[in-house]
Amino acid sequence: MAVTAEPSRTPQGPSTVDLREPAGWRRTKNQIMTVLMWVALVCVLVPLGFVLYTVIGKGAAAISWQFLSSSTIPPNVLPLGIGGMGPAVIGTLIITGFAALIAIPLGVLGAIYISEYGATGFLGKFIAFLADVMTGVPSIVMGLFIYTIWVIQFGYSGMAGSFALACLMLPIVIRSSYEMLRLVPNSLREGSYALGATKARVTLTVVLPAAIGGIVSGALLAIARAAGETAPLLFTIFTVEATNTNLFSGVNTALSTQIFANATSPYTGAEQRAWGAALTLIAIAFILMIIARLVTARFTRYTR
Amino acid sequence: VSAVTKADPAPEAGSAHPLAQRRPLGDRGFQILALAAGLLVLVILVLIAVSTAEQSTSWFTTVGLKGIFSTDWDPTTNHFGAMAFVYGTVISSVIALIIAFPVSVGMALLLTQVVPRKWSDPIVYVIDLLAVVPSVVWGLWGILVLVPWLQKIYTSISSGVKGIPVLDSLFGGANVSGASFFTAGIILAIMITPIITSLSREVIATVPTIDKEGAYALGATRWEMIRGAVWPHSQGGVIGAVLIGFGRAMGETIAAALVIGSSAQVTSHLFYTGYSIPAVIANQFGEATGGAFRSGLIGLGLFLFVITIIVNLLARGIVERTARRSRGA
Repeated sequence: MAVTAEPSRTPQGPSTVDLREPAGWRRTKNQIMTVLMWVALVCVLVPLGFVLYTVIGKGAAAISWQFLSSSTIPPNVLPLGIGGMGPAVIGTLIITGFAALIAIPLGVLGAIYISEYGATGFLGKFIAFLADVMTGVPSIVMGLFIYTIWVIQFGYSGMAGSFALACLMLPIVIRSSYEMLRLVPNSLREGSYALGATKARVTLTVVLPAAIGGIVSGALLAIARAAGETAPLLFTIFTVEATNTNLFSGVNTALSTQIFANATSPYTGAEQRAWGAALTLIAIAFILMIIARLVTARFTRYTR
Repeated sequence: VSAVTKADPAPEAGSAHPLAQRRPLGDRGFQILALAAGLLVLVILVLIAVSTAEQSTSWFTTVGLKGIFSTDWDPTTNHFGAMAFVYGTVISSVIALIIAFPVSVGMALLLTQVVPRKWSDPIVYVIDLLAVVPSVVWGLWGILVLVPWLQKIYTSISSGVKGIPVLDSLFGGANVSGASFFTAGIILAIMITPIITSLSREVIATVPTIDKEGAYALGATRWEMIRGAVWPHSQGGVIGAVLIGFGRAMGETIAAALVIGSSAQVTSHLFYTGYSIPAVIANQFGEATGGAFRSGLIGLGLFLFVITIIVNLLARGIVERTARRSRGA
């Protein structure tokens, strides 16, 4: 109706209804703002590209089989050709691995409580809220915490480092697993209850498998984060030059703490080893992240 | 289960209904196990507060309240004032926020309002990569690549602003250093951008399409639509995201420890060397042997813990409140 009424009010015809973009200052402002948003993207990509370029360029020159597998870390004064970061590679892998063994089952269980038992109750919401708050606790505080309750009594060990990393990972795993469990449709649960299954059985054999893709991917991202952490390890594992495969006793070392120690060293050998270690660490983190993406793509059944 | 038993016809008095059996032990056990795992979070948070408070008592008894609130930190003369570190932490985090806020919000708007889904997914992957680069790698890059480069820029800026009232006291001075409050701010900004971007993106994604289409129907440009429909709906959540980023920046340790310059001083000159709470803990804990020194560093950790908890509670509170208001509207 409005269309037929149009010509009588505007005798010039429909061409007066201007549907083009508004001209003048409004249009210019819109364009300026759009350009600024792209500038923001560039602001993020430039440092990332710059840091990856530097780490790959300088790190690739340092990495060799001997660098990754040597059994001792040489003193800082020695040049690159002697020894390598083998002990730190092993330390990072076993300390992070043990942390994952502690944090992932506990985190998934905590998420199960929030999503399956406490979704509407006070306790469930309270735990979810605390997990959110705990993700904001600085990593160095976790290191101090484990130092005060564990290291003072039992001394430095790889396990103490694992505890600190597990404290960091726990809320992240709870959060990501909870998000995934929440996506599982209720009809699945109801169907299993109708067959007479108990709640524990429904959770473990129906709900958990349905969400497992997302849970694994979230856990892998948490491991990737933890593998790069330095601050929680400084006061829990101390440092050592020779490989220590015993997680439960004796001082240990990790790639991240070695990079921190070498970064301020005046010797080029130490500096080059730091770049090599940085590339190794980034490679570990990125590989975990890529696996997480593949798991997400392959196994995720329910998405938002 | 209880609803089912209630709906059934009333069972004979005295005999339990077949569906109202006691839950098997394993079922209860699993629930208790899950609850215990969840409560572990509470236990850890309480233990952090208790254990660090206990270990830092000798700091309080040795230097007293006045000593703690001084800016003088000198372990050789038993001076353990915290304020220079508090100052450095706040200044470097504020610089980080001033840089990261527009960049993150710009990115979040770009990803949700401008680029099509096909392009926004790969961009999100790239930002996630940024989040996975370890902080010690940012620190290493910062001190070996960025600091020497910024040293030259800072020097020319400081000679450029010489004599200009406010700018001179912020960016001028004779002791300009490549490792400084400002450098720490830049590195921290890079590190908190991914988290602010992803949290803001989540909030902005919840803006109802009908609001946006309404704005367009009224003839708004995209920017006017963002100002009129997206921003009012999501500003609370974005402020919460920024606060969470602020908490992260204050607690960020290793990158700050490497690039902030490591000298405890309170100055208005942003290109001077400084120190932050986490940085001093990381750098000096190894050499702190017993007494008020070590306990002072643990006390600084407790202080950092309390501050970040407060900032996070505040952030979650703001996010909750806006979420509730937008649901109610």
